[in-house]
Amino acid sequence: MKEEIIIAGFGGQGVLSMGKILAYAGLIDNLEVTWMPSYGPEQRGGTANVTVILSDEPISSPVLDTYDTAVILNQQSLDKFESRVKPGGTLIYDSYGIHHAPQRTDITVKRIDAMEATFDLKSSKSYNMVVLGALLAIKPIIPVESVYAALRKVIPERHHNLLGANHEALAKGRDLVS
Amino acid sequence: MESNSNVPGKITPDDNVRLMKGNEAIAHAAIRYGCDGYFGYPITPQSEVLETLEALMPWETTGMVVLQAESEIASINMVYGGAATGKAVFTSSSSPGISLMQEGMSYIAAGELPALVVNVMRGGPGLGTIQPSQADYWQATRGGGHGDYHFIVLAPATVQEMADFVGLGFDLAFKYRTPAMILADGIVGQMMEKVVLPPFRPRRTDEEIARQCPWAVTGRAASRKPNVMTTLELDSATMEQNNERFQRTYRLIAENESRCQTYYTDDADYLIVAFGSVARICLKAIEEMRAKGIKVGLLRPITLWPFPQKQLAGIAAHTKGMLVVELNAGQMIDDCRLATDCSIPTFHFGRMGGIVPNPGEVADALLSHFPEAAN
Repeated sequence: MKEEIIIAGFGGQGVLSMGKILAYAGLIDNLEVTWMPSYGPEQRGGTANVTVILSDEPISSPVLDTYDTAVILNQQSLDKFESRVKPGGTLIYDSYGIHHAPQRTDITVKRIDAMEATFDLKSSKSYNMVVLGALLAIKPIIPVESVYAALRKVIPERHHNLLGANHEALAKGRDLVS
Repeated sequence: MESNSNVPGKITPDDNVRLMKGNEAIAHAAIRYGCDGYFGYPITPQSEVLETLEALMPWETTGMVVLQAESEIASINMVYGGAATGKAVFTSSSSPGISLMQEGMSYIAAGELPALVVNVMRGGPGLGTIQPSQADYWQATRGGGHGDYHFIVLAPATVQEMADFVGLGFDLAFKYRTPAMILADGIVGQMMEKVVLPPFRPRRTDEEIARQCPWAVTGRAASRKPNVMTTLELDSATMEQNNERFQRTYRLIAENESRCQTYYTDDADYLIVAFGSVARICLKAIEEMRAKGIKVGLLRPITLWPFPQKQLAGIAAHTKGMLVVELNAGQMIDDCRLATDCSIPTFHFGRMGGIVPNPGEVADALLSHFPEAAN
């Protein structure tokens, strides 16, 4: 098993931390993991992306030409990464703020309305967990239980009162996919 | 993949397996090594070294000193002072900051002092960018300051090696009384991977340091003459003798400490040479080329100084050509040509200024220089 994923959107959407939780869940699942951010002078409103690789074999390059799965959260990222999904791969995008929908027909394209779904939740900060819930429903790379365990590791103990909200957001994302 | 490959190795999960950035791994590994002090000044892309040390507060547990100095020049001279007392001390910075440290690094080498300097390279020259680069290869391997000297230079490719090379760097530095450098790049500094942290080791006691480092300036015992630490020698004949002693040490290191890792080299028609995280990009390119029947191998120097000359010459002897891939305009290619006496066609592929090539670009570069490889 090897899954090469790009998650791309605006800074502030939780792109990097979503990738981190995914990587941590992979570690809990005893997979090899690599988390490579497009680090830079990025900030809220700028673009941000992260490459996450999960594999049961040692991982060579953290830098990739093409991806099995692209999770796209804004128009700039769609323009940049649509062509870089492997044939037969999966492109998941949030329709919010997308003016030109993806055109490829040789890949699976899944539209999720995660931003709208997040409006129903208490906290807009749960957005990335809604997206992660949808991703795992479309591509069950790792069990959601491993994500729960990862959240307990990544979120500091003093904030464990927020675990419930994160679980709720993951379920909300899962329910977007049917 | 050959049996000696581990990029990165399979790791069984337990409490010591952690997910962290390369920069964070350096901080954890230093505390666990029993390091006595860190002096540094923040600069992207390595600020997490200082930040992690501050967050872990080792001064409350092991007694390790962590100090944000007023500048890189102050940092390296604090390392000079600490090392002169036999303490295991280090600093870290990124390219422009390392340039500021060159005078102090020359003094540390001249003082024959064990110390560790970490350079997480970014694009230059000048203040440049904050993105990954390998353009400080010449500076690191030739001795960037004045005078005839070397640092032992280690090039990590994984977060695991970022942790492991802290201990290796200090061990080599103390073994040879020569400073060592970890020459990393922004990729391996910023990326997160699994890492197994080394076990905790207590800091050495003053008595242990006095035994291990009889040259150290630790305060004079009544029974011996004072130890003096100076790099100034007004008598040229004595200074030449000092230089001859330094060179003997460097020859000994060159004979015994060159390290590299090879992949798919046994049957390779063509060879790629790359260090640090770029070697991993090349490994993926090679795996994709091998799937098409193109026999390419990889040599990854782990020590950049001493360069693994013999190992490279041995492999190059049965290959038709060599591509040296670096995040610079062509620096390590000099060492590759020297190691092989220019006996096989040798080309360079590199990106500059903080741009990182994809595996596909590496494969395209190899095939553009060696089009017959595709036949």
